[in-house]
Amino acid sequence: MWLVEARTVFGRARVRALLVALAAVPVLLALAVYLSGGPGAGAGPAFLDRASRNGVFTALAGLAVTMPFFIPLSVSVVAGDAIAGEASLGTLRYLLVRPAGRSRLLLAKGVVVALYCVVAALVVVAAGLVAGFAFFPHGSVVTLSGTTVPLLDGVGRSLLAATVVGASMFGLASIGLFVSTITDAPIAAMAVTVAVVIVSAIVDGVPQLSFLHPWMLTNYWTAFTDLARAPVRWHQIWKDLVLQAGYLVVFGSAAWARMTSRDVLA
Amino acid sequence: MAAQGPGPGTVTPSLAVQTPSLAIQTQGLTKVFGRVPAVDAIDLAVPVGSTYGFLGPNGSGKTTTIRGILGLLSATSGGCALLGEPMPERAMATLPHVGALVEGPAFYPWLSGHDNLARLDAMGPDGRSSTRPGRIGDALARVGLSAAAKKKYKAYSLGMRQRLGLASALLRPRQLLVLDEPTNGMDPQGTREIRHLIRQLGEEGSTVFLSSHLLSEIEQVCSHVGVMHRGKLLMQGRLEELRASAAPKLRVEVDDPARAGQLLAGLGMADVAREGNQLVGTLDGLRPQDCCRQLVEAGIGVRMLVREQRSLEDAFVALTGEGFNVAG
Repeated sequence: MWLVEARTVFGRARVRALLVALAAVPVLLALAVYLSGGPGAGAGPAFLDRASRNGVFTALAGLAVTMPFFIPLSVSVVAGDAIAGEASLGTLRYLLVRPAGRSRLLLAKGVVVALYCVVAALVVVAAGLVAGFAFFPHGSVVTLSGTTVPLLDGVGRSLLAATVVGASMFGLASIGLFVSTITDAPIAAMAVTVAVVIVSAIVDGVPQLSFLHPWMLTNYWTAFTDLARAPVRWHQIWKDLVLQAGYLVVFGSAAWARMTSRDVLA
Repeated sequence: MAAQGPGPGTVTPSLAVQTPSLAIQTQGLTKVFGRVPAVDAIDLAVPVGSTYGFLGPNGSGKTTTIRGILGLLSATSGGCALLGEPMPERAMATLPHVGALVEGPAFYPWLSGHDNLARLDAMGPDGRSSTRPGRIGDALARVGLSAAAKKKYKAYSLGMRQRLGLASALLRPRQLLVLDEPTNGMDPQGTREIRHLIRQLGEEGSTVFLSSHLLSEIEQVCSHVGVMHRGKLLMQGRLEELRASAAPKLRVEVDDPARAGQLLAGLGMADVAREGNQLVGTLDGLRPQDCCRQLVEAGIGVRMLVREQRSLEDAFVALTGEGFNVAG
């Protein structure tokens, strides 16, 4: 059932287009840096000033650029569509009469949305690595801490960074899934989910609301950059993962409660 | 060592479990939306093996009832059993034996008809993947859609979509088929084919619960009928019973309608109405020849006397008190 659901989601032209667009971002970054030279040290998006030194940093720069908005947007599209999309097509009633089982269906949807989160981040990193190694050197990697690690270590870290970024989307994905069980209009579910990201980012940007910051969905989203240090600073990453797990439990339960009790009229 | 098994004289206990006599049974099923009851305390009883026509105008609560039966919505009050098992509690065990078409077909527009059926089949229990290609092929052939199997659903016409919906209901052998307006959007030839298919399914032993707003459709296909009107189940039973409830009328033309009217009413004729020189009344067990004799013996000139058998539609109007219009 999970496999069938995954095949349906990843087989959609919309989802494939999103992944292609995500992959294009690090490629464009690499091209731009290759043609016109990178920004000065410390300027521009994270890692971009180092992109021309090593392909690994191209991948990380791609992640840093897509992390705040593009990846969350695409996660919102996929998560918001999960149940509401079926409801709007009318296929939800046939899945339930099949019977797919309300809890089982929600779980399959959730697993595939989570898979999408990780795949989206991995696509960015993979495209970044390919483009980076095509344009820039691929020797050992000088970390943000100034130490040097072997290339393979660098590649491993960038893939791990993608996984962390993917996991950082789980909170948002569960919010999207929950909203998706409330409405029969997928567009509404997607818009609300995107709005959650925006509101969270706004709150995160207001110093007077600093007491709220540790609870904000987006607060630790940049923690993955600590993976580019040697030794790695895990503190923020753990905080992020714990926070995401908290969101996942709360909104996952809410989605389950709603899904198992709703009247399916669409 | 002798082979294990019942030796001579041992009695093998019967494995047959008690089979329910009703495929669908509801008790006081009620669904209220806001403050309006869409379905108002209905007691459906659909016998196993019957082809049950669920008849009612648009908006009378048929689809809401079907959603309730299939566990898509929770009843405000009352209960429901499907194949003898309570719903929605036993949905996962019961629904694999039920094929359903609810409020029109719904599929993924970007997948082909074949792929849509394959996905649906893989999303639930009792759908072995080894037998899937064969079952999909058979189902598509039965509804006459084999040639369009590889076409995308969005390219299907309304009639083809309806056929694909039926095919999904026929993916596995079913004890019960719940078909909500299955001939909607079909051309006359397609309608005939589908009605033929429904009759066939009934003959093969499936119980068919067919909802329709078309009296003629029910009349052609069904053995039983339930009449819905404004959320209430007005009657249910064998089709002949509904027909019988439409008592025949007597129409006479006489030279003295006033006196004839009094006389016929005195004989026990109900609802005697005058239309010019003609009188119409419900026979109600009276024999036409007796009426005629009484009129003639009273010295009334009888110019015409006709016994009018009423159609099922008249019976429906008699039940609902109004025509076959959309409920307000």
